[in-house]
Amino acid sequence: MLEAIDLTARRGSAVLFTRLRLRVDAGRALLITGRNGSGKTTLLRILAGLTQPEEGRVTINGEPAYAMRAHMAFAGHAAALKDELTVEENLRALVELSGETATVEAVRAALVGVELSQQRELPARALSAGQRRRVGLARLALLPRALWLLDEPATALDTAGLRVLADLVAQRLRAGGAVVAATHQPLDLLADRTDSYALQ
Amino acid sequence: MSTAVATVPTEPDYGVLAAVRWAVARDLRVALRSRAELGVQLLFYVIVVSVFPLASSPDRALLAAMGPGVLWVASLLASLLALPRLFASDFGDGTLEQIALSPYPLPALVAGKALAHWLTTGLPVVVLAPILGVQYALDAQVLAIVAASLLIGTPILSLLGGIGAALTLGTRGGGSLLALLILPLYVPVLIFGAGSADAWRAGLSVAPNLSLLGAGLLITLVGAPFAMAAAVRIALD
Repeated sequence: MLEAIDLTARRGSAVLFTRLRLRVDAGRALLITGRNGSGKTTLLRILAGLTQPEEGRVTINGEPAYAMRAHMAFAGHAAALKDELTVEENLRALVELSGETATVEAVRAALVGVELSQQRELPARALSAGQRRRVGLARLALLPRALWLLDEPATALDTAGLRVLADLVAQRLRAGGAVVAATHQPLDLLADRTDSYALQ
Repeated sequence: MSTAVATVPTEPDYGVLAAVRWAVARDLRVALRSRAELGVQLLFYVIVVSVFPLASSPDRALLAAMGPGVLWVASLLASLLALPRLFASDFGDGTLEQIALSPYPLPALVAGKALAHWLTTGLPVVVLAPILGVQYALDAQVLAIVAASLLIGTPILSLLGGIGAALTLGTRGGGSLLALLILPLYVPVLIFGAGSADAWRAGLSVAPNLSLLGAGLLITLVGAPFAMAAAVRIALD
C-alpha cells in the first residue's frame, strides 16, 4: 500500500536519514520508533506529503502520496481544534474538510466511543490535552481511510484512552487498512500485524 | 491495489465551491464566537477615521478634499489589523496541516479563508464608510463613489494580504513584517480607490478608476489563491 523509496531528509545541516526504504502492506501497522530528534515526525510528514524529502519518493498504491491524500488520514502533534468551536462542531468541520459527510448520529456515536459525549457542547478550549487527543481519535474513527499516519498518538492519553486507540487501530487493520505510527513509547497494538522500524 | 481502496466505489468530486463554502462557514463561525475581536477591528476603523477631522481644521472644503483618502487609508489599516491571524491561528493549532492534506483543492480552501476575512473586515468597512464620511462634509454622490470603490477594492486587500499572511507564517515579528511586505502592494489599490472620488470632484468620469480597480480584483481573484496555496505549502514544509 505505502512505499517509501530511498528517502533522504535533513533538518538544517543535520542529516536525519539517508536512502531510507520502507513498505507497509494493507492490513499491517508500522511503528516508527527512535529517540527525540531522530526524525520520526519528519518521516511521517514526508509520508503524508507535507514535507518534501531531499531525495526519494513516497507512493501509495503506486501513485504519488499527495495525489492519494483522499485515501489517507494524518493526525499530527496538534489536534487541529478551534478553541472557539464546540467539540461537536470541531469534529464535524474536520470530517467535512476531509471530504466525508458525517451525520449527527455518526458524530455523536464517535464521541461516545471516545468517552466524550458529556463534553459535546463544550468549547474546545475547555478540554484537557488528553481530551483533545480523544477528539482526534473520534475523527479517525469517522475517517475510514486506507492509510492512517499517526504522530505520537499515545501522548497525553490515559489507560482508557490508550485502549480506545488500540481498538481503533485493530479495527482498521482488520478492515484492510494500513497504519503508520511514529512513537517513542511502546504501543500495545496487534502484535501479529505490527512491524517496527527504528530510526537511528 | 489493495482491498481498502476498493471499498471506495467511485472517486468523489471534491469541488471548488464546496471547499470555499467550508472555509467561509468555519471561519465566520469562529469569528462570530470571538465577537470582541471583531468589534475591536471595526472600532479601530471608526476611531482612525474620526480623529482626522478633530486634528485638522473644521474647514469644509479641506475636509471634503481629504475625506475619501482618509476613508481609504483607514480601510487599509483595518484590513491589515486582522491579517496576521488569517493563517497564524490555523498554523498554530494544526488545522493548516489538515487543510493542506484535504482532498479539496488548496487554492479554493485558502480563497475561502480570504473571503471570510473580507466578510468580517472589508464588508463592514464598506457599510460604515458612507456613515463615517458624513464627518467630512462629503455629499451623497461622493459617498456613493467611495463606497463603490471600497466594495471593489477591499476584496483585493484581503486577497493580497492573504499572500503576505501566508508568506510570513512562522517568522518572528510576523505582524510588522507583514505590514512592510503588504503595504507597498496596497498602494495601487489605494491610488485608484481614493482617486475615483478625486476624479469626480474634478468633474471627470469615475469609470477609469473603478474599471482599473475591477481589473485588479479579477487578476488577484485568479492569481492570489494559487500564490496563497503555494505559500502555505512552503510554510508547512
